[in-house]
Amino acid sequence: MPALVDLILEGLAVPGHRPWPRAVVGREVWNFAAGQLAAGRWSLLDLWGEPGRVHMALLDEPAAGIAVISLDCADGTFPSVGRQHAPAQRLERTIHDLYGLQPEGAPDTRPWLDHDRWGVRHPLGAAGTAAPPLPAYDFLPAEGEGLHQIPVGPVHAGIIEPGHFRFTANGEAVVRLEARLGWVHKGIDGLLAGAEIGRAAMLAGRTSGDSTVAYGIAFARAVEAATGAEAPPRARHLRALMAELERLANHFGDIGAICNDASFAIMHAHCGVLRERVLRAADAAFGHRLMRDRAIPGGVATELERGGADAILALVAEARRSFPALVELYEETASLQDRTVTTGFTSPALVRQFAAGGYVGRASGRGFDARRTLGYAPYDSLTFDVPVREAGDVDARVWIRIQEVEQSLALVEQIIEGLPDGPLLVDLPAADGEGMALVEGFRGDVLAWVRLAGGRVERARLRDPSWFQWPLLEAAIEGNIVADFPLCNKSFNCSYSGHDL
Amino acid sequence: MRKLLLDGLLRRPLTEAAPVAADAATAELATALERAARRRLGRSLSIRQVDAGSCNACELEIHALNNAFYDVERFGIRFVASPRHADVLLVTGPVTKNMAEALRRTYDATPAPKWVVAAGACALDGGMFAGSYAVAGGVSAVIPVDLHIPGCPPSPTALLQGLLALLEAVDG
Repeated sequence: MPALVDLILEGLAVPGHRPWPRAVVGREVWNFAAGQLAAGRWSLLDLWGEPGRVHMALLDEPAAGIAVISLDCADGTFPSVGRQHAPAQRLERTIHDLYGLQPEGAPDTRPWLDHDRWGVRHPLGAAGTAAPPLPAYDFLPAEGEGLHQIPVGPVHAGIIEPGHFRFTANGEAVVRLEARLGWVHKGIDGLLAGAEIGRAAMLAGRTSGDSTVAYGIAFARAVEAATGAEAPPRARHLRALMAELERLANHFGDIGAICNDASFAIMHAHCGVLRERVLRAADAAFGHRLMRDRAIPGGVATELERGGADAILALVAEARRSFPALVELYEETASLQDRTVTTGFTSPALVRQFAAGGYVGRASGRGFDARRTLGYAPYDSLTFDVPVREAGDVDARVWIRIQEVEQSLALVEQIIEGLPDGPLLVDLPAADGEGMALVEGFRGDVLAWVRLAGGRVERARLRDPSWFQWPLLEAAIEGNIVADFPLCNKSFNCSYSGHDL
Repeated sequence: MRKLLLDGLLRRPLTEAAPVAADAATAELATALERAARRRLGRSLSIRQVDAGSCNACELEIHALNNAFYDVERFGIRFVASPRHADVLLVTGPVTKNMAEALRRTYDATPAPKWVVAAGACALDGGMFAGSYAVAGGVSAVIPVDLHIPGCPPSPTALLQGLLALLEAVDG
């Protein structure tokens, strides 16, 4: 099996890309890498563009190795990765929409984020006018006797983000689901280019609000890698504390909301109380319920407030007291189990192929967790388990969350107990360079990549874990009844905003 | 489950006293509401929430209004599934160009009398996303806005203060 390091040796290594190597390669090596992805030897971490160039981030999971290869697209084209490796397809469609670079031989050439509303084509590449208009979006066909279509969204019947889902159903059974996303595309890639580091960090923290801490940390660590700085130990601990609180809040919310979508409101009510308690403890400790703009390049922006640690420890005690009864209720309510067990099965093979992270991956046998596999500080010095299940259904995704709640509660205690003294922030050296970071958010691994020049962000890329989870939702719902879609969707809880950028 | 339900009956409720309606919001609304509209609504508001491009942080805090601490339904405020059932559109986010038409159509589908509440820093003027090729601007760039609730995201208390101000104005 080829090692990633050999791949880098095939190309021209780019100096100053940290902590993992990047190399400019030719088409042959690019195609070879796509083939290795298709053969399942490596995992695709990301595929993104900039004017005249495309980048591919690869993960060698057993070796915990990461590398980035780049290809110059002198003629405005690059060999399609999606032709060999399906998880790349939506990423390539995005590269075409934003930068105008053409993936050669791509199986799906429909636009993705471009809904023909921007008044401009390829806004981040050689921007052109939006004439002629794009043809109407063709959903993939599903043909057969008695099939009917159900269009849903973008405005949904609840307090949710916008997306369009096109169901083709045979009676109650879903034959095909196709998602059409991009509604909340805000142009974050474009806003990041040329931004001051501070402003860019704030934008990163507004990519997906439920993961604002994870994005904040990922972006900060990418900037620190690029400049060769390191956040002080106390800052790294406080970041992890915030990250675990964010995980707890979201997992409590999700566990309740999944049960609510099976019409089991009492779980929703009790989990909602726990979620609120987490947010209040976060507010008491860090001065913001979602802890937004707290993790910044160089360290953290605020000291733990007086009484903050006590508020968090009280929360841990309260959760330990009340959560087990809820877990028992979930486990012993037959009518609820009837809805979640075997529903929305996601096959381990698909999860591996898409390198889906978070509870989606870990409920289907993929044990990747950036905190463990990459072991970034302070997780390398903390004790925790990464729960993995094989069942791949809604129930398994609930259980992963339940187990992760227990792990995060223990982590919070360890972090507070071992909180080092010292400064919160270091000055960033005024250095140019490129940096990358992978941080485990509640939903999965968030990737951040930056290139700094002259004290500003020249280019940056943020990749939400949802990119590799949304397509699996379409597979998970197949053969299930339409009424189970909310349940399946909530068990995935993908980010629309994080995906649409 | 019986034990949980029994505990719930015996324990004091978690629900907290209502915050005072935001003064600035009350003043902003006094002009927005006609007497006839007030009579028709009674002390009840149905809200349709529309995410027109937010990062989903505002949605999280709007969700929190339904938890036991804030219990927004005790005020006669409830979230409905269809704009056809709504008195108020609660809109978040900078309005993305991809969502502008959907927002406009949701507004058109809401029967009069109706009010639009824009929640969050982005909903005011596009926030940090203003100026992007993909963003139309704040909510008022696409539909008329009656009340703005600031915050990034607004806390549930801030949201409640704004909505209570709306309710008082409607009721007065």
